[in-house]
Amino acid sequence: MSAGVVGPPAAAASSSRPPHRLSDRVRAERKLAFYLVAPAVIVMIAVTAYPIIATIVLSLQKASLDEPGKNTFIGLDNYGYVFTAHLFWMDLIHTAVITVVSVSIELVLGMLLALAMHRVIFARGLLRSIALVPYAIVAVVAAYAWQYSWSLDNGGWIPRLLGLSGDPLSHQFGTYVAIIFTEVWKNTPYMALLLLAGLSLVPDELLEAAKVDGASAWQRFTKITLPLMKPAILVALLFRTLDAFRIFDVIYIFSQGANNTATLSQLSYSTLLERLNLGLGSAVSVVLFLIVGLIAFVFIKGFGAAANPGIETN
Amino acid sequence: MRRVGAVLGGLAIAVALAACGSSGKGPVTVNWYVFPEPSGSFAKAAADCSAASGGKYKIAINFLSNASDQQRQTLVQRLAAGDPSIDILAMDVDWTAEFASAGWIRPWTGANAAAASKGVLPGPLKTATYNGRLWAAPINSNTEILWYRKDLVPTPPKTWGQMIDDAIKLAKEGKPHYIEEQGAKYEGLVVWFNSLVDSAGGGIIGPNGKVIVGPSTKVAAQIMKRLATTAAADPGLNTSQEGPGNNVFDAGNAAFEINYPFVWSGTQSTAPSIFKHMGYAPFPAVVPGTSPKVSIGGYNLGVSSHSQHPQLAFDAVKCLIAPQNQIRDAVKGGLAPVLASIYDEPSFEKAYPFHALIKAQLQDYGIRPQTPAYQDVTLAIQDTLQPASAIDPNNIVSKLRDEIKTALKGDSLL
Repeated sequence: MSAGVVGPPAAAASSSRPPHRLSDRVRAERKLAFYLVAPAVIVMIAVTAYPIIATIVLSLQKASLDEPGKNTFIGLDNYGYVFTAHLFWMDLIHTAVITVVSVSIELVLGMLLALAMHRVIFARGLLRSIALVPYAIVAVVAAYAWQYSWSLDNGGWIPRLLGLSGDPLSHQFGTYVAIIFTEVWKNTPYMALLLLAGLSLVPDELLEAAKVDGASAWQRFTKITLPLMKPAILVALLFRTLDAFRIFDVIYIFSQGANNTATLSQLSYSTLLERLNLGLGSAVSVVLFLIVGLIAFVFIKGFGAAANPGIETN
Repeated sequence: MRRVGAVLGGLAIAVALAACGSSGKGPVTVNWYVFPEPSGSFAKAAADCSAASGGKYKIAINFLSNASDQQRQTLVQRLAAGDPSIDILAMDVDWTAEFASAGWIRPWTGANAAAASKGVLPGPLKTATYNGRLWAAPINSNTEILWYRKDLVPTPPKTWGQMIDDAIKLAKEGKPHYIEEQGAKYEGLVVWFNSLVDSAGGGIIGPNGKVIVGPSTKVAAQIMKRLATTAAADPGLNTSQEGPGNNVFDAGNAAFEINYPFVWSGTQSTAPSIFKHMGYAPFPAVVPGTSPKVSIGGYNLGVSSHSQHPQLAFDAVKCLIAPQNQIRDAVKGGLAPVLASIYDEPSFEKAYPFHALIKAQLQDYGIRPQTPAYQDVTLAIQDTLQPASAIDPNNIVSKLRDEIKTALKGDSLL
């Protein structure tokens, strides 16, 4: 284990700079740096690398928590079961729908909120703090509050306000609307905060110069503000997409996956913790991990590369 | 690194010592993990039994979550990790086969088994039995009966068909008419389905672990579908559980409710005007003239295989399930006793005016499938039958049979 800890940092250090002509002082500092960073590396390996590797190993076995000592290695069979299961693809679609719809709405509303927060003249700090309140509320608490509000059985006010005779949480469409609404309510402030940071990158002189040249407000927004904000928008989208794709708490509280609203996290949870099927559940978790990695890769390599020319042309 | 090892070793020893508790003088601590019984009756029983042990043991009561799923998760994680700090665990009736075959609990044998089963009603006793052995001591039971509005329905329906007809008739008259059942995607739905299947004379898993889904599944599915797709259904049926269902009854919107006895005292305190008209009757029959077999609930007390003091744990359980404690659990805590004799106690009869119905349903009972893979089976049932409105009774038998068979193989997602 200690060899694994020493390896990467030492190798990185030696490859980045020529090893020769190091003074004793520099060498001592390197050593100190290594000692200082070692505890963090050990902790990271213990809490991140070990569970990930253990999950991958488990995903290659037929293993159940309630059949101790009967684990058998079955290669990639669990992945075969996962990819051939209708339920996996359904849950992948549910997850994708919730992610795409809620992040899109969050982007538009977040942008409006960010523009408002950016332009507001009076009580700036107070208004910004108020706008962030939903994000500050614990996700489970927010989910319960909205679940009670949407549920007819629990005497919720939303169905009555909308004059609905049926319970919106008793069918798929209504449950989706309620879940996405809760996600948007909770996460728009976070989106707005990230976009606000991007807005402050746009120089006022540029906007004023465009105004003098006769550009309309819409032209200034699409031709100047948006391109300059592109890196911030991409970061905001990346963070929110990764978060939304792993959605668990809101669904768990709203429907426990009923009415065809189960997501991949839900599937992984029920396979691991309810069915105690460690092998199959680990395979689902690994697949979820890979998809999240793929999303991050596409954002950074695909969109991230395209972001730079956009800035340069301006 | 060696120093880290020494520190870790020290920690391990400290943990081990803490787990052993008072190994010297004084009573041994026996840890009881149980659902959070709100009336304080379990806590009183634990204190009384500790005192009665004459300094041999002291029962420490540890409350788990309210939800049965969460209780199971907590217990399973600790039992699978070999946690020695659990001595006695309160198990939901459908965990017996799984916990027993995983080797997490000790079988009850000889004098212990005799003491745990003496005078116990046949239903609760069966839930604690698996493969011909007793694995736990029943402490309380539960069964659903029919609650109805006497002002709307002069004579309670005897069958499911009659009840749905009555509800549709009330709806036409513009009166409160919902039938409150548990239709959400959770264990409550399985209790409903399994009760209908057993009452129709069938079953889901046979004694030898074979899948025996047959025509009675179709009968059950037809009833569920009819309830869900007529005016009899509460619009919230697909998300309905015991608590919210009773809220609708309390609000005066339902004519019928299939639920556990907790609703009696609940409606009495929250909706006195509804309580005035509240009547009770046996769970409706599926086949006219044949008494229903309702899937019973409740809890059994098991002794952990990792317990450091198993004999003391067995002794403590025998005390916790003693008649005087079960009477208090029933009168104060509203838990249905498992001892037949308590159903004739005057104090219990007063708190539980419907005691004869409960006793009858625990004698002529239904039971959810007893298999180590119960969690797979219940998920397969929930996937196939929820929402009830979408059931196709014509293909349900083969669909459920396939779904359960695949689930039992353990290589499919549910």
